[in-house]
This record gives sequence, C-alpha cells and structure tokens, in this order.
Amino acid sequence: MTGTGIFVRTFLRRDRWMLFWWILGGTVLYFSQAPSVDATYTSQAEFDTAAASMEGNVALIAMTGPARALNTVGGQVAWQAMAFGAVVAGLMSMFIVGRHTRAEEESGRDELVRSTAVGRYAPIVAALAVAAVANVLMGVLITLSLLGYGLAVAGSISIGLALTLTGLTFTGVALVAAQLTDGTRAMYGITGAVIGVAYVLRAIGDVTENGLSWLSPIGWGQAMRPYAGELWWPAVIPVVATALLVVAGLALFGRRDVGAGMWAARPGPARGRGSSLGLAWRLQAGSVIGWTLGVFLLGLSFGSIGNDVEEIMGSSDATAELLQASGDLSAAFYAFAIVMIALIGSGFTISSALRPLGEEDAGRVEAMLATSLPRQGWLMGHVSVTVLGTAIVLLAGATGLGLGFALVTGDSGAFARYPEAMVPYVAPVLLLAAVARLLHGVVPRLAFLAWVGLAVCVVVMFFGQLLSFPQWLIDVSPFSHLALTPAEDARWGPVVVVAVVAAVLSVTGQVGFRRRDVLTT
Amino acid sequence: MPGVGAVASYGRRMDDVIDIRGLHKSFGSTQALDGLDLSVATGEVHGFLGPNGAGKSTTIRVLLGLLRADAGTVRLFGGDPWRDAAELHRRLAYVPGDVNLWPTLTGGEVIDLLGRLRGGLDERRRADLIERFELDPTKKGRAYSKGNRQKVALVAALASDVELLVLDEPTSGLDPLMEAVFTECIDDFKDEGRSVLLSSHILAEVERLCDRVSIIRSGRAVESGTLADLRHLTRTSVAAEVATQPSGLEGLVGVHDLVVEGHRVLFEVDTDHLGSAIDALGRFGIRTLTSQPPTLEELFMRHYGDDATAEATA
Repeated sequence: MTGTGIFVRTFLRRDRWMLFWWILGGTVLYFSQAPSVDATYTSQAEFDTAAASMEGNVALIAMTGPARALNTVGGQVAWQAMAFGAVVAGLMSMFIVGRHTRAEEESGRDELVRSTAVGRYAPIVAALAVAAVANVLMGVLITLSLLGYGLAVAGSISIGLALTLTGLTFTGVALVAAQLTDGTRAMYGITGAVIGVAYVLRAIGDVTENGLSWLSPIGWGQAMRPYAGELWWPAVIPVVATALLVVAGLALFGRRDVGAGMWAARPGPARGRGSSLGLAWRLQAGSVIGWTLGVFLLGLSFGSIGNDVEEIMGSSDATAELLQASGDLSAAFYAFAIVMIALIGSGFTISSALRPLGEEDAGRVEAMLATSLPRQGWLMGHVSVTVLGTAIVLLAGATGLGLGFALVTGDSGAFARYPEAMVPYVAPVLLLAAVARLLHGVVPRLAFLAWVGLAVCVVVMFFGQLLSFPQWLIDVSPFSHLALTPAEDARWGPVVVVAVVAAVLSVTGQVGFRRRDVLTT
Repeated sequence: MPGVGAVASYGRRMDDVIDIRGLHKSFGSTQALDGLDLSVATGEVHGFLGPNGAGKSTTIRVLLGLLRADAGTVRLFGGDPWRDAAELHRRLAYVPGDVNLWPTLTGGEVIDLLGRLRGGLDERRRADLIERFELDPTKKGRAYSKGNRQKVALVAALASDVELLVLDEPTSGLDPLMEAVFTECIDDFKDEGRSVLLSSHILAEVERLCDRVSIIRSGRAVESGTLADLRHLTRTSVAAEVATQPSGLEGLVGVHDLVVEGHRVLFEVDTDHLGSAIDALGRFGIRTLTSQPPTLEELFMRHYGDDATAEATA
C-alpha cells in the first residue's frame, strides 16, 4: 500500500475539475427540482390533482420510480431526481475508477508508475478512495442543499445517503469490470450495461410491484423512501454489496497480470476488407448505436406522458412562457420536446464531428495519408458518419416520441407526425457540426469551442424568452429561426438558409484542413 | 563514383526520386528545418542520419505532403508532394517512427487497409513477410508491443508494389533477429532497382545497407555522399614502426596529432593526403604499418559534436 497517499493526492489533482462538474451537476439535479416544483403549482389543490395524475401514469413511474408522497415537495424531489441521480453517480464512479486503473494500464503509463517504490494495491485503492470521496461529497452537498431549501431533516439525510451508497455500489461494479477485460472501452461498456440493467429492473419492478426493484442498486436507494416515511435498514444492502464487490475486485486484481484482463484477449480476423470509409463507420459505430438507443429512449419517455401534459406541467405562467405556448399546452410541449431531443442529439453530432481531430491527435492519420488516400477522402468518410449519424439519431428520438405517445394515447398518427416534425431540425444540428468542422480545419487547437455553440443554443432556447434576451442574441441560435413543428407548420425557407450556411462552413473547414499541416506527435 | 566536388555541389539529376533544396519549415518560433538539401537517386538506398530533433521526421512529413514547406523546393518523383500527395503516394510506402494502431483493429486488418489504400498488396509477399517477421496478424492493435506495431507497418509497406520506401527509424523496436530479416528485405527490394530513404540511428545498419548517406543537424544537411566520399572528408589513423628516427613529419600537409615515440609513429591524416604522408614515412623505412579508415561512428560523432555547427558554417 506504499504510496497510496501520493496517488490519492495526484488523482484528486488530476480530476479536480472533472469532479467539480460531476458533483455540481448531481447536486443541481436534486436541488433544482425543489424550486421548480414550487414554481409549477400555484395551489395545493392543483398540486394534489397533478400528483394523482402522476401516480396513475405507468410510463412516468417506469422512468422515475415508485410514486410516494407526490403531493409534497420532498416527495417530488425524491421521485424526480433519485433514479437519474443514481445513474449520474454510477457514471461518475465508473469514469473515476476506469481512468485511474484500466485506462492507465492500457496506455502503458501504469507500468512506469509501478516500476517505482509503490505497493501493488496502491493505485487501485487510491482510485477507490477518490471515487468514495466524490460520492460522499455529492451526497453531503445534496443533503445540505435540500436542508438549505427547507426540506425535512430525515428525508434530506436519507436522500443524500441513498445517492452515496448507490454510487459506491457502482464503484464496486466498475472495479470488478476493470479486472475482466483489457480494454477501457469494454470496461465502460460492462459497467454501463450493469447501470442500464439496474435501471430497467427497477422500472419493471416499480410498475409491476413484484419485488424486482430489490435486485437493483437504484431500487435499494429508492427503498429508503426519503420524505415518505424513511426506512433506514435498506441502507445495509448497498453497504454489503459494495464490500463484496470491492473484495472481489481486489481479489481478481491480485490474481491477474498487470495490463491483462481476467478474460483473455480474443484473437480477431487475420484479414480485413475495410476501406477508409468503412473504417470511419467502424470507429464511430459504437457512438452511433449508443446515441441512437439513448435518444430513442429519451423520446419514448417524453412520448409516454401522452395527453397528461397539462396536469403534470401545471398551468403556471412560467411553464407557458418556457414552452412559448399561446394556446394548446400539449402541442407546445411536444414541439418543445422535439427541440430538446434535437439539442441533446447535437451531443452526438459535435463529438462525431470532432472525431477526425481525435484520430489526428492520436497519430493514426499519418500512415493513412501517406497512401493514395487524399486528405479530402479521409475526412469525407468521417463527415458521412456525422451527417447520416445525425439523421439517424434525431429520427430515432422522434420515432421514440411517436411510439411512446401512440402507445399511451392510441393515436397512431403520432408515428409519422413527430419524425416529420424532426426533419427540419437536422439542418441547425448539422450547422453545429459545421462549426466544429470549420474550427478543426482552420484552428484545430480551438476545436473544443464547438461545444460552446451548443451551449449558446441551449441557453437561448431555455432562457431566451424567459429572461428577455436581446433579439440579436436569440437570432444567433439557428434553432430560433425554425417553426416550432409540429405545433406550427414547417417553414422551409429558414431551413434551407441554415442548411446552406452549414454547407458553406463545412466546406470551408474541409478546404482549411486540406491546406494546413497535419497534426503530428 | 562521383568525386567530392560533385557531392558538395549537389548536381540535380533527372532520375532523382527525391530532390529537396533549401527547405525551410518552422513551427511557431521553433525553426525545424533551416535550408535543408537532400537528394535520393533512383535505385539507391539513402541513409538519413542526425541527432534527435535534427529535423529528420519533419523532412519526411514535408516529403509526404503532411506538412507544408515554408520555403524551398521539394520534388518527389518529379512532382509536388503537397499538391499531388495522393497521386504520388501510389508509388511509395511509408513506415512512421511511431506506429499508432487502432486499439480494436487487428494487425491483419491494418495491413489490408493500408495495402488497399496504396492500391493493392502482393498476396504472396504479404503471407511470406508475416511468416518471416513472425507476426501474429490476429492480435488487436492495443495488444501489440512497439516492435510488433512496427512489424505491422513494415509488412504493410514491404508487401505493397511501390518504387520507393520511406522509413523513419523502422527498426528501433525490433530485436536483432528481426533486424536481420529487415536487412534481407531491403536488399531484395533494392535488387529490383527500387529506392529507399532510411532514417536510422543504427549505424551498422546504415553502413550495411546504404549507398549514400546524408547527415543533418539543426535542420540543415551538414554532409552528404557515399560512405567512401565521406571517408575522404575525414582523417585516417596511422600507426607505424620505422627503421630510423623520423623527423620533419610535423610539416606535412594534412597530418594532425602527431606522436613520435622513438621509432614508433602515430598520427591522423586527412584522407586526401594519406598517400603523401605514407610516402614521407617510407623514407624512414617502414617496418610495420596499420591504417584505420574512419568508421561511420567517427563521422557521426564528428558531426554531432558541439563544434559541428562551427565546422559546418565555416
């Protein structure tokens, strides 16, 4: 264990910003529910009606958790935040453990570090310690922020504790996963799958009330019933599970070679038929599939609210203003949902647009460009993934929305309505990709600024009307110029203009890439 | 064999596959190449030597059109490597100094990908090279060691039907057995009248393989020519025993570091003046004589040494 302290300090130093954002994000996720619930309902009677409607909505229960004390602010906070909060803590733990164990081994840096006077278990124990610190901090901040808002003491402690314990359980899962394979991506895949299964198990369990939720770490946290007659004994389950997982993970680590996984690396094909285009798709396939599924599920959950929009969203002015609704709240909500899906799907688009830069940075482009493959051809392979992948991801979200809506309401017209409403939004999303391409081609060192473009669009969309932004600022976002389909009829003029601007920026970026030095290591 | 003068004046020949003159390249305020000259003739194996950071990899990347020259002319097969990169690349294969592979692609897949991008592989040669280099093509990129990653790139390059190989320290991760295989492969390649630009630190390899060498330092070529030419530019060590007490040797042109101990004589002589020095020595009756031509190592040390810049500019 020699050197554990040094590792802990180094990891905390390396991770300080990452941890800051994760912990802040998790805390805001919980805290923000409280004022938003208070602002949504103008009277307790309205609140009671909404709560009754929510309790009967199977889709919402599947998304969030068992309906308890929904006509109280605390009950709403717990209901709306705990399932997502558990996923946030799980992902944070996974990344902390992964980046200091398996990723270091895969890169070979671990070897250099291990050649110094450090104990065999020092780096791994330090990674666990950092993950534990992060989960405890997030739990404590959630408790303190909700106490500060004036919610009940027992419930606030329970909800923070539940978050910490769930996060620790997933830390244990990540630790075991890191011992199984020799690839970091595979380790993230396994841990992510466990988190996903935990989420689905509790969704089925919460809807059918057949006890399945007791098999899910997320369900364990929710079984503590914050703000709804707290139970404390369920806390024992994640504590025991974490202890078992950590012991198992350390035992596996003790039995394997550094750099190897418990599962021997399988040999792959000795021959390949790939082309540059095929390679671009192969490298990005995981991302396209993951985002498509994720955004589809997001759409499904929006759609499954069905016609209960009014009851759930309340009829306060704030709601109406956010949705820019003049008349039909339900139609306005779904038009807003389409924009939300488009903005979230932009995450895929920008990361995909920056993938060629990542390949360049990793030094994998040099050998390819020293063949008869023109630069333009190499880049076009990735551009094709970005463009087609964006269409796939966005339409998957809209299809999920239509499917969810149709299942809940029986309105089969929804199948076509929402995908059609999504089509115009492909243009502004691709404009964000074009900004990334321009930066990549002309000033690659500033390419990360492409994410700022998305941030601007999100802020304008959510706060532009609410905070009365100046018109020029609202106009900066390409999303502002489009009709709010399907609440309004599509206007194709602005769509064409946005698409042309996107094409011009993208081509300029591609020309820039052809004219600049390839980044070399 | 071209004389010293021809080497120094850098005559442009029509059949040069590579011809670089006065190449400048800087990155921000760092001057990487400062008027570099380099020419590689068709059918020759050209050694490209220089200390770390001298600009070898930068030169190669400019030659491949990955980096843009700030000034100077660069011709590859008589064409412009920046403008006609893809077209010219059909005729060459490149092995980078740092071979980075995709973690999820197997070595075999990478060989086929690069081969296809170059315009096709010789199937028989591919199989033969994989066997000779003892490469397991079914392993994933992340599982290869540095040497094995290099083998992947070497097999892909050597199995392609090209006129020129551009190799950037291709054997730095290979074991001696694999180095020997590499040497054989380059011999075979050269026997077919094709050309190689070989950047390397392994002097024995350069001495064994290369027809001509260029030594660069701080972004400039400080010496270029056949090994024989370069040896002319340096000194030969002479040790002799003579019958009578020698005298007057100090005054001879080209003789340095003279030591006379009784009948034993040790000195260094500029290789051009070796003949006259031996004539002079003969007057005292030579009993034994050993002369040591300069090794590439000495050439190298001479140009890498701290005083090299001063000599190069002199």
